[in-house]
Amino acid sequence: MTQQTYIGKPINRLDGLDKVTGKAKYAAEFDTPNLLHGYVVNSTIAKGKIKKINTQDALGLPGVIKVFTHENRPKLAWFDMSYKDQDAPPGSPFRPLRDAKIRYSAQPIALVIAETFELARYAASLVTVEYEEMAHQSDLEANRHRARKPASGMASLLKPPPPKPKGNFEAAFAAAPLQVTGEYVHAVEHHNPMEMFATTVVYEKGRNKSGGKYTVYDKTQGVTNSILYAAQVFDIPFKDIRVISPYVGGGFGSGLRPQYQLFMAMMAARELKRSVKVVLTRQQMFSFGHRPATIQTVALGASAEGDMTALYHSAVGETSQFEDYTEIVVNYGGMLYPPENVTLDHQIVSLDVNTPLDMRAPGGVTGISALECAVDELAFKAGIDPVEFRLKNYTDRDPLADLPYSSKELRECFRQGAERFGWLKRNPEPRSMRDGHNLIGWGMATGIWEASQAAARAEAVLLVNGKLRVSSATADIGTGTYTIMTQIAADTLGMPLEDVTFKLGDTDMPAAPIEGGSWTAATVGTAVKTVCEELAKKLFKLARKMPDSPFASVSFNEVVFVNKMIQLKKDSLMAVALQSVVDSNGGAAVRQISTGLPNMLKQRKYTRSAHSAVFAEVTVDEDLGTVRVTRIVSAVAAGRILNPKTARSQILGGMVWGIGKALEEESVIDHQFGRFMNHSLAEYHVAVNADVHDLDVIFVDEHDDIVNPLGVKGLGEIGLVGVPAAIANAVFHATGKRIRQLPITLDKLL
Amino acid sequence: MTLTAKAAPSTKQPPSLPAMHTVKLTVNGIETELQLAPWTSLLDALREYMHLTGTKKGCDHGQCGACTVLVNGKRINACLTLAIMQEGNEITTIEGLARKDADGKDGLHPIQQAFMDHDAFQCGYCTPGQICSAVGMMNEGHARTADDIRELMSGNICRCGAYTNIVDAIQSVMNPQPDAA
Repeated sequence: MTQQTYIGKPINRLDGLDKVTGKAKYAAEFDTPNLLHGYVVNSTIAKGKIKKINTQDALGLPGVIKVFTHENRPKLAWFDMSYKDQDAPPGSPFRPLRDAKIRYSAQPIALVIAETFELARYAASLVTVEYEEMAHQSDLEANRHRARKPASGMASLLKPPPPKPKGNFEAAFAAAPLQVTGEYVHAVEHHNPMEMFATTVVYEKGRNKSGGKYTVYDKTQGVTNSILYAAQVFDIPFKDIRVISPYVGGGFGSGLRPQYQLFMAMMAARELKRSVKVVLTRQQMFSFGHRPATIQTVALGASAEGDMTALYHSAVGETSQFEDYTEIVVNYGGMLYPPENVTLDHQIVSLDVNTPLDMRAPGGVTGISALECAVDELAFKAGIDPVEFRLKNYTDRDPLADLPYSSKELRECFRQGAERFGWLKRNPEPRSMRDGHNLIGWGMATGIWEASQAAARAEAVLLVNGKLRVSSATADIGTGTYTIMTQIAADTLGMPLEDVTFKLGDTDMPAAPIEGGSWTAATVGTAVKTVCEELAKKLFKLARKMPDSPFASVSFNEVVFVNKMIQLKKDSLMAVALQSVVDSNGGAAVRQISTGLPNMLKQRKYTRSAHSAVFAEVTVDEDLGTVRVTRIVSAVAAGRILNPKTARSQILGGMVWGIGKALEEESVIDHQFGRFMNHSLAEYHVAVNADVHDLDVIFVDEHDDIVNPLGVKGLGEIGLVGVPAAIANAVFHATGKRIRQLPITLDKLL
Repeated sequence: MTLTAKAAPSTKQPPSLPAMHTVKLTVNGIETELQLAPWTSLLDALREYMHLTGTKKGCDHGQCGACTVLVNGKRINACLTLAIMQEGNEITTIEGLARKDADGKDGLHPIQQAFMDHDAFQCGYCTPGQICSAVGMMNEGHARTADDIRELMSGNICRCGAYTNIVDAIQSVMNPQPDAA
């Protein structure tokens, strides 16, 4: 029975002041006396063995404390299980400095520890390595014949493999009057959050078994994930270690697994009994997980009237030699479109690369980019407008799971998006619009992303000064978690926003899962709502016991929490201030810890997804092949919008990512070396300010009381998924060229 | 401390370190004396030795703009200059950008307030650089249109993709609406 004073309002980000004044502290920014600096050395070969690693020059410099290598590293946890984090795919996780074996290029092989950063960096340049090289494989295309089914494990619960075929695709496709078939190739991408991965371990001496206490400032999308990893790998009891991460300079999935700087900093701190900071370089940001390269095949069949009858979607993605990374790439067509004959397939190829890692809209943006281009092609073949075609093949149920959607306002997304964009004025003919030497194209695509919810815990405390403090060990990677959780708490307990604080990113707080997959608003939001509701009951009980309480013979259902008071619904004059309630508690704060759980019984009867319709305009220079995205309209149906301001920003960010994926982002591997060659922000191109023009976001009203108690669906991925296909389809409309390889660089258009 | 001879792997001279230098920096109006290795960048001097961590390291190669600070009012990448080269200059970082208000309390630069009002950031990591860059760009006085701003702010990458809001925030300060206070 939450009120809506703040929920749904465009409140300025509550962490804004810290961020615009430089006060917000990120993992590398916590100072402590006598801090040592670590600098990582990485392998220059992709596969083989370290024969010899020469550290004496580095060690000869005054101020260099130690160089850790596989030869002198401390004894560490023995079993793979200890290294498995919450986002670990099936397999055997990479263990830094385990042995002499090189498993991928730029693998971390040594850690130089020195008194200053400058010294550690210089000393690292003096470490030389002799290798025994072996032939490596890093080319997905050349190895696609080795594609196989991925192993299943815990990760398969969140990322189910494609279901069994339905109907008979081959027969239906052969009989279809309209057919399209295409192969889609996507490059490797790297997350590249602006903040480089960093860990600062503040060490305090102690006589305990683990040699002291460790306060770990880590760049992570989940402090719980980091503490589990560090505690298990280094055999440190939970009471002696605490992980803190109040601000995260971008994640996009890169922080879903503990990265190797955490291992390095913890190892050095424990061995040297000193505080240690390890910060990766931008080049090293290309030395852990990435969005896998993929090769997809999509084949669609339709009747002469444009009714889809057959759907085939297969994907081959790369993985490492030691873990089977998977993502949901091919299922979305089966969820969005009605063909009776569907075959979906997802396979992987092991290469001598690091394990791929979930990157914003993992799988979804990959699969939908291919699928929605194929649908565009089919609509064109059928001579039907792409929006019309999608409306003609619209499903109110999820045909793949044969379940109704908990809510699906996609039709309204098409309508409002098309109207805002001016889609009706579109001439369907490719190359029909131009402005001087620029060809103009309009394209559109659909987006879909799961609306998930996991379990999380939260604490709410009514402090002795009458203010409310709520906390949960979740993260805010720029998503607005601080702000929306404060809004939810304030409304649930009828308090002004300025009297409520929400804290996160600390393992001393109740546990929450890693922040990813667009589930945090639903997951932690439900926990915050639940704990505030339960605190309300506790406060009401206390209020009833107060002398001369107006609630002595009243039940909880008869009161409301409003204006920092508990009030009788029928008579607002019958009220008790929350301050008096806490005062009556013998001078102690009133606290409550609760768990927010998904209602599985209710949810399992429905498919729960956010949807979007994306409309893009591009100009393509006919002579140079340069593509510019001049405007995008994204109409999003994602349930209740808690804060239109931060929500809009998330969608805008997704659109910018869509421009990057469609036109710019590609980690280029030189297969001769098995190494990413453009490992810098000068050569790995992300969208910059001049690449981004008119972006328009529409939130379509959508009511959903099944998805979770707040009715929210999450916004981290839905802003991205449909954008690359809309851009690629606009490029086709501008040029008449169907480019099935992302990114669409100018060479592909000339 | 001297180097030990036994570690030398070959006949070549073992590596040695250049002497530390005393460097006087004037940052946000305060002069500070630091003992630094001569190759210490201004960025590392600010972050590691003066603990002014508002200036961010995003690439250390002048490719992202996260470390943008103002030197004598001009925007530069603090990672592309050595601290020792900035002696005698007025360095302003995000921590020193806020103006004192009438009561002498820390106020905000109009750009800082505009960034909050326009939600011109998400994770906040590129934000100090964006803000210093915007102030530097306005000092340069070349930006007239939104397209100018986009072009002249393209040295500052925002991976969260807040660009449209950044442009709106800067425009709101450059061309204040008549009804704004």
